[in-house]
Amino acid sequence: MIRITAAAAVLLSIFLGDAHAQTVDYSKSQITFTGKQMGVPADGRFRKFTAQIAFDPNKPDTSKAEVTVDLNSIDTGSSESDTEVKSKNWFNVPLFPAAKFTSTSIKQTCADKYEAIGKLSIKGISQDVRAPFTAKAANGVTTFDGGFTLLRLGYKVGEGPWGDTETVANEVQVKFHILLTAK
Amino acid sequence: MQAASSRVSHRSGTGTYTRVAIALHWIVATVILCTFLLGLYMSRLPFSPLKLRLYSYHKWIGISIFLLVVFRLLWRLTHRAPPHPPDMPRWQRHAANASHWLLYGLTLVIPISGWLMSSASGIKVVYFGLIPLPDLLEKNKPLAEQLVWVHDALNYLMLAVVVLHVAAALKHHFLDRDDVLNRMVPVIKPRSRVT
Repeated sequence: MIRITAAAAVLLSIFLGDAHAQTVDYSKSQITFTGKQMGVPADGRFRKFTAQIAFDPNKPDTSKAEVTVDLNSIDTGSSESDTEVKSKNWFNVPLFPAAKFTSTSIKQTCADKYEAIGKLSIKGISQDVRAPFTAKAANGVTTFDGGFTLLRLGYKVGEGPWGDTETVANEVQVKFHILLTAK
Repeated sequence: MQAASSRVSHRSGTGTYTRVAIALHWIVATVILCTFLLGLYMSRLPFSPLKLRLYSYHKWIGISIFLLVVFRLLWRLTHRAPPHPPDMPRWQRHAANASHWLLYGLTLVIPISGWLMSSASGIKVVYFGLIPLPDLLEKNKPLAEQLVWVHDALNYLMLAVVVLHVAAALKHHFLDRDDVLNRMVPVIKPRSRVT
């Protein structure tokens, strides 16, 4: 029994050690988005998110990413729309406080270009997402830049009267800029 | 009779505004009134697609007002406005000139203040959804809130001047019984022909 516990502890420490091998520099990382309102691009960002990333440029197949976005930290630029997008018709934050991306595979497409494929779940709906990104390493810091387009209505984000895509477009460009430091 | 009518026309001031000036005055007046009311209505709406839509329309119309006023001013500067009735007291002439130029100024400045407000809020103005106008300011929330106040204050100032402008026009028509209102409202028969 003790042995099993010890083994479990070792495994756990390896796992945690692995997860902590690379840490995200949140002060320099950001997740932003651009929607279109009456044909006019409108930018926003999420102030808080957490990311567990294990990235090996030589072995992208073994790399993993899990990103959890605190939807309550959304910043659309105006307090009026911040309140609105947290409400039931949009993210319904009290019920679904986070959006989560879990990679299922990461592939190298060319030199420093990669593609993360995974599940993005928002508001209880999970969909496949394909996010191309670049990874540039310098001085022990890997910088990821990438993004993807999501269709908000696919996640029931902006229901009811907001289903009108002429006022607020269905397409939302999501961009990430993440700095990963090797410890 | 001859003497009387010439005396009357002299008293009324000579000439009238050009047709273009009259048309521009009424077009701009109507559009401004509608946009003012639209502004009051939309800003009180709960956040909704309708609200976003109306804000865009309001901005597009505001920019159009600016362009119309620029044209109006160019017209005004190249076409002499009819003089004041000669028996109008000095202070009234000054007041009339001041309020006219203040109205020209406000109808130029108010759309700009709205544009600044939109820029500071981080929302680009895209004229009719087609022509992106440059951002006049960097996104700045506290500044945007101050500009909302400025835009409102300028509008209420304009409302006050418009009320004065209308009251003065009615005073000229009903109390002074001169042709000041008539020359901007050609459907009213000139006093000189009535008397």
